[in-house]
Amino acid sequence: MIVIFGLFLLTLLVITAIAIVRTNNLFVAVMLMGIASLLIAANFFLLDAADVALTEAAVGAGISTVLFLSALALTSERERAKSSNRLLSFTVVAAAALIIIYATFDKPRFGDPEAPVQTHVAPWYLEKTPEYIDIPNVVTAVLGSFRGYDTLGEVFVVFTAGIGVLFLLGGGVAAGSLPQEKINEGLRHHLIPRVVGRVLIPFILLFGLYVQFHGEYGPGGGFQAGAIIAASVILFALLEGEKRALSVVPERALLGLIACGPLLYGGVGLAGIVLGGNFLDYSVLSSDPVKGQQLGILLIEAGVGLSVTGVLLAIFHAFAARGR
Amino acid sequence: MELLGLYHYWVFAILLMIGFYAVIAKRNLVKKLIGLSLFQAAVFLLYITMGKVDGGTAPIFSGDGATVFSNPLPQVLILTAIVVGISTTALGLGIVVRIKEEYGSIEEHEIQETDKR
Repeated sequence: MIVIFGLFLLTLLVITAIAIVRTNNLFVAVMLMGIASLLIAANFFLLDAADVALTEAAVGAGISTVLFLSALALTSERERAKSSNRLLSFTVVAAAALIIIYATFDKPRFGDPEAPVQTHVAPWYLEKTPEYIDIPNVVTAVLGSFRGYDTLGEVFVVFTAGIGVLFLLGGGVAAGSLPQEKINEGLRHHLIPRVVGRVLIPFILLFGLYVQFHGEYGPGGGFQAGAIIAASVILFALLEGEKRALSVVPERALLGLIACGPLLYGGVGLAGIVLGGNFLDYSVLSSDPVKGQQLGILLIEAGVGLSVTGVLLAIFHAFAARGR
Repeated sequence: MELLGLYHYWVFAILLMIGFYAVIAKRNLVKKLIGLSLFQAAVFLLYITMGKVDGGTAPIFSGDGATVFSNPLPQVLILTAIVVGISTTALGLGIVVRIKEEYGSIEEHEIQETDKR
């Protein structure tokens, strides 16, 4: 049954991707992109990657769509030019696809427990996580503790991208200084989106917080929670208008959030050194090494969540403010 | 099962190349970025597919006696890659918006013509 479902999802995915490339209307392409993201998320779920599915659904289908749409509002919705060198491009692409497909016959069987990727280091993490960190979610344990350096790097990439967008588009003008009629009113005059939004937003926020703080025990963590919380505030901004969203989470608070995340993460790392361990070694944070690891993961996940929320919201507001 | 596995890899190849086609053949900058996102999504799919173990479940010890878990490492890698991907896409969109403001167009050949003048 699951096999059929998987085949079905993947086939739909390919059809959607072809439609995305073929359409001239960029608005349609962006909407289809959201559908493709949702299909991929469902597929990740079938492949046992609950954490990744959660992230892809929140980021791909939610935030990415909003960002593309705000960019379209500032550029144009129609693709005017025809493709260049269609035949040549198609030949190159088809040849490359055939080569990759030929290579797939040499790959280990799908789901093979003896495949090199499963037998190298992965069993070590599955075996040692209960002993060293004692939290149920191995993905969070690897993300937060074993590979904490990499995650710190990723947080800085997100941070840098956020700063980059703010440099390119400007931090936006304070909403209060704009003439009244220019302020985007959102969908405030539309009854149904407003009522549905009012009911949904608190629950989305609550779910975001749950995902943030339950990340050690179930699918979740800072990256997912940040995306979900940002999505709920963006929904609020779309429904109630930019100005009210900025009065709830002001520009300054956003800049604070962006800086706070990497600072908190790095601070936990430095605390490890101060207390006599290595950088990002959480064992020394508490008298019991396992408790220290758990505390460290909780803190750095909070840092990740703050940073991701701040960056995604700041990017959204930068695009939205540009349009006025 | 054999077929499903190969099918996953084939879909990866096709998706990857559909994205790549949009990047090289389309002249609209937003369309190129959409193609890049598709390309990215295909890579994510490949990694997650490789981490799947037969009869396994998500790598979370939930106390229900599951003993076979899928590989957590590709999941960690892709989890962070998705969030980093959206941040870099946003940066790309920011650049496209600035290009539109300066050149009045987001079509590649029109931008190049303006540059030649």
